[in-house]
Amino acid sequence: MTITRSDFLKLGLGAAAGLALGAAPRTAAAKEWKLIRVATEGAFPPYNMHAPDGRLIGFEPDLLQELSARMGVKCEMIAQAWDGMIAGLTDGKYDAIMDAVSVTPKREEVIAFSRPYASAGSGFAIMKEGSIKSLPGTGAPRVPFADEAAAKKAIEELAKPLAGKTVAVQVSTIQNDVLNRYFKDVLTIRTYSSGPDTFLDLKSGRVDAVMASQINIQANVKKSNGEMIQSGYLFTGGLLGVGSAVGLRKGDPELKEMFDKALKSAIDDGTLKKLALKWFEMDITPAT
Amino acid sequence: MDFAFIAQVFPKLLAGLPLTLLLAVLSLLGGGLIALGLSGLRASSWIGARVADFYVYIFRGTPLLIQIFLIYYGLAQFPAVRHSVFWPLLREPYVCALLSLMLNDAAYTSEILRGGLRAVPAGAIEAARVAGMTRLTLLRRIILPLAFRQALPAYGAEITSMVKATSLASVVTLMEVTGIARAEVSETYRAIEVFLCAAVIYLVLVTVIARAVDLLEDHLTPYRRPTSARSVA
Amino acid sequence: MDDSLTLLGFGPEGWGHALLNGGLMTLTVSGCAFAFGLGLGTLLAWARIAGAAPVQRLAQGYGVVMRGIPDLLVIYLFYFGGRQVASAVAKQFGHVGPVEISGFAAGCLAIGLLSGATQAEVLRGAFHAIAPGTLEAARVTGMGRWTMFRRIIAPLALRTALPGLGNQWQSVIKESALVSVTGLVETLRAVTVAANSTELPFLFFLAGGAIYLVITTISGFLFRIAEWRSMRGQPATVGRG
Repeated sequence: MTITRSDFLKLGLGAAAGLALGAAPRTAAAKEWKLIRVATEGAFPPYNMHAPDGRLIGFEPDLLQELSARMGVKCEMIAQAWDGMIAGLTDGKYDAIMDAVSVTPKREEVIAFSRPYASAGSGFAIMKEGSIKSLPGTGAPRVPFADEAAAKKAIEELAKPLAGKTVAVQVSTIQNDVLNRYFKDVLTIRTYSSGPDTFLDLKSGRVDAVMASQINIQANVKKSNGEMIQSGYLFTGGLLGVGSAVGLRKGDPELKEMFDKALKSAIDDGTLKKLALKWFEMDITPAT
Repeated sequence: MDFAFIAQVFPKLLAGLPLTLLLAVLSLLGGGLIALGLSGLRASSWIGARVADFYVYIFRGTPLLIQIFLIYYGLAQFPAVRHSVFWPLLREPYVCALLSLMLNDAAYTSEILRGGLRAVPAGAIEAARVAGMTRLTLLRRIILPLAFRQALPAYGAEITSMVKATSLASVVTLMEVTGIARAEVSETYRAIEVFLCAAVIYLVLVTVIARAVDLLEDHLTPYRRPTSARSVA
Repeated sequence: MDDSLTLLGFGPEGWGHALLNGGLMTLTVSGCAFAFGLGLGTLLAWARIAGAAPVQRLAQGYGVVMRGIPDLLVIYLFYFGGRQVASAVAKQFGHVGPVEISGFAAGCLAIGLLSGATQAEVLRGAFHAIAPGTLEAARVTGMGRWTMFRRIIAPLALRTALPGLGNQWQSVIKESALVSVTGLVETLRAVTVAANSTELPFLFFLAGGAIYLVITTISGFLFRIAEWRSMRGQPATVGRG
């Protein structure tokens, strides 16, 4: 009997497909949710981080545990790089993302969101002994982009000490968008694929400031033993979105319902506030 | 396949080409110089040879990515480095990437040089000495040309390897072709189109270089060109 | 210095377990990718040796393309675009619905495809190193193609190919570090997480480099033993690989 070349070719393709199929055979059309796989970064303290033994710890792992109990569905959390997390969600690698993902119109074009579970401002971090001594607006109440006059004034004030400096920011974040929109001609923006890298380069003096979420900055400031400080105006709203929520695929409305219901119950009985106080030392429950 | 999108993203990616080429050329030049130094070190003494061997062992046994991270993030960790005279240079991601690429290339190039030098027939060297050539003339007229010709195919492969390696510079914020591609994908989420465009750019680059090396090889080894009278074995 | 040892160790504060798991994952990904590359390389080499002209050109073109694109880009393509490609392939076999590709599968696939291209060259060269007289003799004695492959071609070609394959194995191990961009927790990702968490990048990247060095050294040693054994019974004048 003759085995022809085309047989080998089909065998080869079959092996390749088999490898892909064997990797995670699941039809994504399962409406009956038995297991929800949630992606997070594990490198965004205090929302999510890695413990030395490899476990994921932080606000979001704890929150997910609460939500899982309330939804009655097993939830599994896996760490993924931020770069490509949204693409992975739409690709079906996992079913939800919880990585302090802010709800923005641009993202809403591609994915759906649950109701927000955290609302915090964004600002700058600098080194105490660094090239920038301080930024105007430190300690002032958050400036909403909706208030155009106040926002414009704050931006102008910040532009002066930041002129000609280099600011580090994580790629494809809301802070990146803000820098691109309002500060592009004033300073040099350097993008990094992971948040901790921005802070590493701030500490070594490669960049003069970092723009990031207020909570994330706070966690890094704490770790720095006083060498790093948060400085300058805090912004909220506008390009920065209305708060962080669970990212979901557009084709999973029943999943959104489940998360929304569980979140509402967690907010109503104060569990969300308790977790926020535990991890952030401030209540960041969104006002809805 | 959205061709309008591809047409718009292509020039954006091409903007990274000068940096890619600059990194490749400079790292090959620097790596080549360091490799020559390593060859000299190897020939100088037993200890020198062991040191050279160790250098090659380390740089060929570990991934380039870790070498880049070590130089970029690892060195910056030490206050001694940050306050040294090298800091203005090491501060720049460009310099760190270039340094890692050079050191890595040197390891491979020194091995290629070693192979090339071994191929120089001992008889030719003897004859040259008997003819009264000085060491410098011997090097210039016998050893280097023969070694170079022998090493050219392997070095051609190293050149294309380096061009591809420059794409790793994107992980330390450098905006060469791969870096720009990543940023574009982060903005538009259109991974396949953007990365395919970038792939095409590299493919064209590598093919042009490979052809150039082939032509150089042909030029240097005229006796190997097939003649019409030759029968195919 | 004691601090470093604690951090690298296996205690509660130590990242030793995470690093060890990373190392094991590196070996697993590399192993799968190399095996896949070997199978693919054999097919490609066969296509170029004995295929019809268009098949030969296809195989050659594949090699040119795969060796001309940076590894990082191939991994990105498979990780981001893998689902579409896998779904398209799966549809050929009648599978309904989307197909998922994990970071592990994407990495194995990408590196396997890359490695296959180079391994094809190594195997092809090894095949051509077999004395044509041996192949003629095999055909004359009436050996079928499969028997010939099993008893003559594979053992003889493998002997010449071993050094080249050993180099490829080392390359695959180093390329596996690139799979860290997909988030797969192999060695580089494990040390990056540890470096970021402790803010001691030098220590942990050095440790990562050491892990790779250990893997490549032991591999090199094993391959040299295999090479030495494969040359058993050969006269000393047979050219060294």
